[in-house]
Amino acid sequence: MAREKSSKDNAQALFHSLRSAYAATPVNLKIIDLYVGFAVFTALIQVVYMATVGSFPFNSFLSGVLSCVGTAVLAVCLRIQVNKENKEFKDLPPERAFADFVLCNLVLHLVIMNFLG
Amino acid sequence: MAAPETSTAAVPTLHTNNTVRNAFGGVLSFFILLLIGVLAFSIRLFSVIKYESVIHEFDPYFNYRVTQFLTKKGIYDFWNWFDDRTWYPLGRVIGGTVYPGLTLTAGTIWWLLNSLNIPLSVETVCVFTAPIFSAFASWATYLLTKEVKGAGAGLTAAVLLAMVPSYISRSVAGSYDNEAVAIFALIFTFYLYIKTLNTGSLFYATLNSIAYFYMVCSWGGYTFIINLIPMHVLLCIVTGRYSSRLYIAYAPLVVLGTLLAALVPVVGFNAVMTSEHFASFLVFIIIHVVAFVYYIKGILSPKMFKVAVTLVVSVGLAVCCAVIAVLIALVASSPTKGWSGRSLSLLDPTYASKYIPIIASVSEHQPPTWPSYFMDINVLAFLVPAGIIACFLPLTDASSFVVLYIATSVYFSGVMVRLMLVLAPAACITSGIALSEAFDALTGSIKFQLPGVSTDAEVDAGETSSDTTEAQNDEVKAEKPEETSKDRRSKKSKKKEREHVERPSAKAKVKTKAEKKRLLALPLEASAVSLLLLIVLGAFYVVHCVWAAAEAYSAPSIVLTSRSRDGLHVFDDFREAYSWLRHNTDVDDKVASWWDYGYQTTAMANRTVIVDNNTWNNTHIATVGTAMSSPEKAAWEIFHSLDVKYVLVVFGGLVGYPSDDINKFLWMVRIGGGVFPHIKEPDYLRDGQYRIDSQATPTMLNCLMYKLSYYRFVETDGKAYDKVRRTEIGKKYFKLTHFEEVFTTHHWMVRIYKLKAPKNRIRGKTKKSKSKTSSSSSSKTSGTKKKNPWH
Repeated sequence: MAREKSSKDNAQALFHSLRSAYAATPVNLKIIDLYVGFAVFTALIQVVYMATVGSFPFNSFLSGVLSCVGTAVLAVCLRIQVNKENKEFKDLPPERAFADFVLCNLVLHLVIMNFLG
Repeated sequence: MAAPETSTAAVPTLHTNNTVRNAFGGVLSFFILLLIGVLAFSIRLFSVIKYESVIHEFDPYFNYRVTQFLTKKGIYDFWNWFDDRTWYPLGRVIGGTVYPGLTLTAGTIWWLLNSLNIPLSVETVCVFTAPIFSAFASWATYLLTKEVKGAGAGLTAAVLLAMVPSYISRSVAGSYDNEAVAIFALIFTFYLYIKTLNTGSLFYATLNSIAYFYMVCSWGGYTFIINLIPMHVLLCIVTGRYSSRLYIAYAPLVVLGTLLAALVPVVGFNAVMTSEHFASFLVFIIIHVVAFVYYIKGILSPKMFKVAVTLVVSVGLAVCCAVIAVLIALVASSPTKGWSGRSLSLLDPTYASKYIPIIASVSEHQPPTWPSYFMDINVLAFLVPAGIIACFLPLTDASSFVVLYIATSVYFSGVMVRLMLVLAPAACITSGIALSEAFDALTGSIKFQLPGVSTDAEVDAGETSSDTTEAQNDEVKAEKPEETSKDRRSKKSKKKEREHVERPSAKAKVKTKAEKKRLLALPLEASAVSLLLLIVLGAFYVVHCVWAAAEAYSAPSIVLTSRSRDGLHVFDDFREAYSWLRHNTDVDDKVASWWDYGYQTTAMANRTVIVDNNTWNNTHIATVGTAMSSPEKAAWEIFHSLDVKYVLVVFGGLVGYPSDDINKFLWMVRIGGGVFPHIKEPDYLRDGQYRIDSQATPTMLNCLMYKLSYYRFVETDGKAYDKVRRTEIGKKYFKLTHFEEVFTTHHWMVRIYKLKAPKNRIRGKTKKSKSKTSSSSSSKTSGTKKKNPWH
């Protein structure tokens, strides 16, 4: 009993500290996080749809899911490069990071459009 | 005052002298690289000089035929091409089963040159594609090794790769095979991966994915990349080298790379469904978990982090076990655990000999012998361990990748001779690093001890005057060459710590640095002699490589030569036979032969074949093998059911050519016997050996292969002495009842027979014996009792 209560307290304390730490991140990073969450959510919806309806045509499903996962990954890379707390990337101007992000997205979506069928 | 002025004037000239030296070094590197490219190209031209500009071997003929089709018909017809001239009556979907990288590359080069009005033929472009791409591969090796250790190591590795015999063997002028462009793509992909890892730039990650796409297009060995890179990422995570650059280098590659791999028709959905790719997905999940953990660790306090860990571990463990159980159930349900036959034969070297005799029969798939290592990578074989040690001093992400690459490629080269090719770049990179480090140490020791150039005090002054603007002008000019030489030598060490040093502590620090240098320096004579010996070692390597390229790997194997007392004999029998077929048979005639000659027959003779080197259908090959092992009548019936008109056999007994069909006969029996149980191998063996002399078994003496090879052989020398088997044959005088000989080449190396038409009238009423033989032969029945399948 006591252990459950203390673990519940621990969980709550953890949750609070996570929340307060996350609230301290800058707004632009929060926007990117929102975008990542949206992309992952879209991917999950597609997987649920495929599970209910069936996987034909498979290439469309694959390209849909991988495009969501791909944009999520690229957005995370952008977040890493733009984050001011990251010492490795302090010489990298955020404009360059964004330009790379756009280029990679272009290539990704070109491939997706080709594979969509 | 004069002193500060000259000092301020001296420092800029020192600086500009430094940049001049660096610029000079850059220009020199450029010209060295150009020379390396020319060397790589020209060392592969021996076969063109000794024989002619012709395509070699077997597989390149298929690639050549595909390229011809591409250049004639265009790319849309190429993607949708269904080839009905091979694997009769099944055909082959070329668009979906060929790796298009090589043909598209050569086709593009041909199209480009022709649009510039340089009218090179397709054959010329095909023959010279491999040397051009080997030049590119050595430049890619330079770039890769430069990322790992520096420009000196890069140049050494590039020159080693330009000449390494194992790479030459698969990329001579005329060897128009997938590896010619694939090795370049492999090294270039690795270079871009290391570059992304070192810089953390998403731009290079995109380029990396595109280079990986080119590799997937080119060769089935791309699975090596998609398993090695995840292994390296896992290694970095486990050894505590996780950084955000690792995430940027790996995660986009997996997503974009999987998509691009799925775009290639040959790979298709295998990119997400076969076990070869699962490692990349697993590590993808792992790196996300690790990244998330590091992120949480960064924003929480240590106490809270511990709480989070306990919570997650308890909950996550349960979920993990469930997922793993599901995964294991899925994977275990397939008999090969999801791996393809070729990959399994790599992981378990005994797999192929037990289950897939076709893979086991190819000579390239046998394990290599120890001498073949020395033949193929020569001196590098004992420079590699030194290079591995040099990679650990200091250990960076890039050098850990090189160590992993060499370890895995050594293992795989031990499984299959063919994969020595993947070992070659790794060996060149590590040996280049080793040689460069050795040269650095030795020349440094020599320079440090050259008499009359430097003492401790002068060294102090020279170094401090480069850091500060205060005057130590007298010694500056004298120390300029010494100082800049130290600059160049220790280019890789950080210069920053010298610039920020204060004057008095500089003196103390520099003194200890000079002390260190003096302690590290080797004795002058020893280093001079070692330098000389290293150069002699390089000379041995060069001599061996040129010899290997000229003598061992330049044979086109479609033309054979031999030297005797009367001079040089040229055996051009293969092309003689194919051109006879081309000119003396109808366009739609089918030719049956063992699968080795399929590609050459379709490319040069332009006739439909039954089986060819692609070996995708084991049963069809077994049918041909059974026909070759059966008596004449049964064989005739099998061939007649396949609409075959001509049968081609290769026979080396008259001239001593050892790779003829009689020597390959044991594989025909084994493969045929694997599918049709009435072919039993012990029927052909006497005392466990295949014999064709008087001690041979009657089954052997009556089989089609024996008869077609030795028909009328006794007329050549009266005794029918087979020069390859070194014995007289068993049955010398016999007639053929169901085949007739139509052509035998000049040296009896290729013999072509025609199937006799079925008799109009069958003598006597003995149909029972005929039905017994026809039911004992395999798939299709023919002759008298034809069952109507619609009843």
